[in-house]
Parts: sequence; C-alpha cells; structure tokens
Amino acid sequence: MGSLKLTGIRKSFGAVDVLKGIDLDVADGEFVIFVGPSGCGKSTLLRIIAGLEDASDGRVEIDGRDVSAVPPAKRGIAMVFQTYALYPHLTVRDNMALGLKQAGAAKETIASQIEMASAMLSLEDYLQRRPAELSGGQRQRVAIGRAIVRDPELFLFDEPLSNLDAALRVNTRLEIARLHRQIRSTMVYVTHDQVEAMTLADRIVVLNGGIVEQVGSPMELYNKPANRFVAGFIGSPQMNFLDAERTGEPGCASVGVRPEHFSVSRDGGRWSGEAVHVEHLGADTILYLDSKEVGALTARLFGEHAFTAGDTLYVTPLEGQLYRFDADGRTLF
Amino acid sequence: MAFSRARRNLIAELGAHAILLTFTVIALFPVLLVLINSLKTKKAIFRAPLAPPDAETFDLIGYATVLAQGNFPLYFWNSLFVTLGSLFLVLLLGAMAAFALSEYRFPFNRFVALYMALGIMVPIRLGTVGILNLMVATGLVNTHWALILVYTAQGLPLSIFILSEFMAVVSKDLKAAGRIDGLSEYAIFFRLVLPLVRPAMATVAVFTMIPIWNDLWFPLILAPAEETKTLTLGAQVFVGQFVSNWNAILAAMALAIVPVLILYLIFSRQLIRGITAGAVK
Ligand SMILES: Nc1ncnc2c1ncn2[C@@H]1O[C@H](COP(=O)(O)OP(=O)(O)OP(=O)(O)O)[C@@H](O)[C@H]1O
Ligand SMILES: [Mg+2]
Repeated sequence: MGSLKLTGIRKSFGAVDVLKGIDLDVADGEFVIFVGPSGCGKSTLLRIIAGLEDASDGRVEIDGRDVSAVPPAKRGIAMVFQTYALYPHLTVRDNMALGLKQAGAAKETIASQIEMASAMLSLEDYLQRRPAELSGGQRQRVAIGRAIVRDPELFLFDEPLSNLDAALRVNTRLEIARLHRQIRSTMVYVTHDQVEAMTLADRIVVLNGGIVEQVGSPMELYNKPANRFVAGFIGSPQMNFLDAERTGEPGCASVGVRPEHFSVSRDGGRWSGEAVHVEHLGADTILYLDSKEVGALTARLFGEHAFTAGDTLYVTPLEGQLYRFDADGRTLF
Repeated sequence: MAFSRARRNLIAELGAHAILLTFTVIALFPVLLVLINSLKTKKAIFRAPLAPPDAETFDLIGYATVLAQGNFPLYFWNSLFVTLGSLFLVLLLGAMAAFALSEYRFPFNRFVALYMALGIMVPIRLGTVGILNLMVATGLVNTHWALILVYTAQGLPLSIFILSEFMAVVSKDLKAAGRIDGLSEYAIFFRLVLPLVRPAMATVAVFTMIPIWNDLWFPLILAPAEETKTLTLGAQVFVGQFVSNWNAILAAMALAIVPVLILYLIFSRQLIRGITAGAVK
C-alpha cells in the first residue's frame, strides 16, 4: 500500500547537476535510509519524493501510481523536518489537526487521531501549548505526531534527530523504531549519522555526488561494500586503505582493513608500527599507529589494553577480512 | 572587578539616556512649539513665542477658524483615505511581489527584482509631467485614485526590497510543511509567512506613511479640487502672500499630527512586539 518506486530521477539547479539518475524500489512497510556526505543531494531527493521540488527528469511512483503531477498534500505522505517546522501561531493540537482539517476530515476523526498520536508520543499534557513553550525534544515529538495523525502511506524524515542532544537522540531513535514496528508504514529517512542508519534501517541507500553507490541491508554494506567509497563511509572508525604495492598484495590497486579486524601484539606480526596516540574508551581501545611498511593505521581492540603512545606494536589483519579494490575503487571479491 | 564593571555600565547607561533624551527634546521641540502657540492669541504668538498659554493669552480662535472653514473635516478624510489606501496597497502588493520574488524560481527572477529595486533611486517627481498627462488621459485628475496610484508606485520599490530580504529568511521547511498539509499558496503567504515578517511590515508602513501624509506636491498637481483636497493642501488657504492666519495654520498643523501619531503608535507596537518575540524564542 505504501510502496515507492523511483526511475531515472535527475535534478539540476541551473548548470549544477545535483541528482544524476536515481533508481530505487522501496517495498511496502520497509524502512529505507539515505546516507551520504553533506551536499550529495539527500534532501533534494526527499523533497522530490514529497513533491516539494520538481525533478528535471524521471518518474516517482507511490503505491504504483505516477505522482509526478500530484501536489504534496495529495500524495499520501507526511514529512518530518530537521528544523521541526511547527506552525508558531498554533497550539500543539492545532498543529497536528491542520492537515486533516485541510483534507476535510470529520471532527471526530481528527480528535481520535490526535488522541492516538499524542498517547503514542506522550504529548497529552502539552496539547494546549504553543511550540515556543516546548523543549526541543517535545517539539520534535510534535512534528512526528503531526506526521502520524495524517495516517500516511509513506513517512519522510529529513535528519529529524540532528538538532537534539546525544541522550535525547538515542531516546527519539528508539521511539521511531518502536513507531515503525507499531504502524508498519513505509519510511524513508535521511541522516548522516551512521549509527542511526545502521540501527534503524531495513535497507540503506548510500548516495554520493548525486548517484547511488550501493543499496543493501546494514550488514551487507558492512560486509560486502561494493566499492571504496561505501567501505570508507560505513563503519567507524573508518576502514584503513593501504597501497597494494606496499602491502605486496597481488592483482589490486589498494587493500582495506577495518580497524576492528586486526590482531595486535607486542612480539610479532605482519606489520610493525609505533603507537602515535591511544584512546581508552573502556569498552574499546583505539590505537593510531605509524607503520614503516604501510603508513598510518587505525586499530580498534575490544576491552581495556595497557598500550600507550610510543609503544612499538605488531598488527596482523584477521584471516579473510582483507578487502581488495581495483584502480577504479571497485571491490574485488 | 564586578563592582567596577557595574559602575561602568551605569555610566554608559546614563550617557546613553542623556543622548537619547537630548535627541527627544530636540525632535519634540518644534511639535511642542506648534501645540502651545496654536492655543494662544495672535499677539501672544509674536510677543512671546516660547511662553505657554496663560489665562490672558489662551485662545481657541485658531481651532474655531479651522473648524468653521467647513471643509476641514473633508480634507481630513481625504488625507486619511489616500494615506490608508496607499498604505494598504503598498503593503499588500509589496509583500506579494516580495514573496513571489523570494519563493519562486522563474525566468528573469533576478532581473525583475533588480528592476523593482531601481525605483528606490529614481525620484517619482521626475515623472510628474508624464503622470499628469496619464491622469488627464484616464480622467483620474481630481480623484482620490490619482493620488493613491501615484503613492503606491512611489512606495512599492522600497517595500519590495525590504520585504523580500525578510521573506528570504523565513524557514523553507515551514512553507514545505504547509504545502504537505494542503495549504494553498495564498494560505501559506497570509497565514504562515506574513505573521513572521510583521516587524518588517511595520517598518515599511512607517516609512511609507509619513511622506504620503505630508506630501503637498501631488495633491497640488493631481487633485487640487475642493472635494479631493488633502489636509496639507487645505491648510494653504491660511497662507497668504502678505498676511498669514497663523492661529489657523498652527491649529491645522496640530490637528494634522494626531492621525499620524495614532497610526505610528499602532505600527510601532507591532514593531516592538516582533522584535521581542524573536529575541525570547
Ligand atoms: N534551491 C537550490 N538552488 C541551487 N542549488 C541548490 C538548491 N537546493 C540545493 N542545492 C544544491 O544541491 C546540492 C544538494 O543539496 P541537498 O540539500 O540535497 O544536500 P544534502 O545531501 O541534503 O546535504 P546535507 O547533508 O548537508 O543536508 C547542494 O550542493 C546544494 O548546494
Ligand atoms: Mg539535507
């Protein structure tokens, strides 16, 4: 009922091509997340899906219906914005009611929808307040409530958590995950926070420079990145990329090893290096090494380790955890 | 440290107030002079212009003359109608044009905005002859509309220029949310954007209103007939080549201040409310 199909979406602002042909299929009820560096066109793509921006070329289908000529209000969508975008002169209740009122819904329907949404988001006590009288987290919940009330086939989120502080972000993230389990609507979500993407998504779409680099489940992207860009973008700290000539790996241009895929020892191993900096995080220890053989390396060890800057250490990539890339950055399997 | 900083602040504050008070006194002095002299006999006006009226010199002859002149209430109404009419059109059309220019992408958008802004630099009086010909041709001479149209044209460039700057910073997401909720473009303009640029509207209103209210040039040229005379033009009957009826002139001036003062108070309230609403958000 809420499927989404994009075919050959292009968008240019004047001479600048922002989107260069995006194809994507989102199944009903799926949670899809767009990630990518700043300025790669995530918001533009979302605005095109919403109908707030016209694509220069391509088709948008929602629920099997070509909506290219359908105004935003008639597309069966709801959108949550990074800046909340609540109507400043309306109370929380009226903020949530406006869309339904405009659509001509009955008074009782509106009241029951608001009751349902405010119970789901614990907003009952704030219904008579104006947005200026709410905290940031409450405002974001109202923005989500305004979306739920419309009972859309497709939810669009544009970095909904990026204005919240760390603790609130975790809470609201859990709330969105619960919301998705509860109402099972299709959701398309933009973020550049990896943790959000990995924890919420059924599938992640990695965008870069206006094209789709890879689409896949979080674990697919982690374990089988299609290219160097995806390999570097997913995972934190970032994957180490080493020159194949220096590592002596045959038949490829560069090799990649994730920081968590090293074994580290003081006595011996494949590459030696001096610890430049060590971060002790309790659960993890992160080592920044300068290796004579292959250059700068980052290694992540689980638990506490007594390494300090200046130690000479040996690192060995774990068996089968080496990624090989050709000269164009494509992964060789 | 804290003590000396507090003292410095106090001195700075006193200084600021002293400057502002001096300025207020200088600005209000002519107004005060008009008011007190409008209440005195003609002799007293010339004998002691700075003295307030006392039992001997108090005289309402000026106001009596003005009101007895018969047509003054009409002149009042003419001025008010022309000023409010022009103000309404300048604000409405200016805000609409500013919204279109800042919100929609269309061919020659930048060029049109520049063309509109150009009017700020070209005084409209340069076109008086052309305007007069136009008004004669369209039969609008000696109507309120002649003045309202000219003043609207005069006020629009600055209004579009200021308002489009303010509209450009109204949250893009807010307008998008309105569109998704099914508001029409008009509803987005009137219900979401206009309330947020109210302080700018008040500024534009004040800047537009005062020159219109005070103008003598266009009423004299375009609408000098008795039934369309504005207050500034009407007061000219008391100014003679050899003798002027100072009581009446001063009384007319004093009365002319009242409506602008009321309008100004209304707009400046909006202005202050807008500023503080933004500050405490
Ligand atoms: N109205 C516009 N006119 C011209 N260029 C635009 C416009 N909107 C966006 N762009 C350009 O399109 C590109 C993509 O913008 P977009 O907002 O989609 O990026 P994003 O991926 O959402 O970035 P972020 O993560 O920073 O939000 C940017 O380079 C931006 O400068
Ligand atoms: Mg964005």
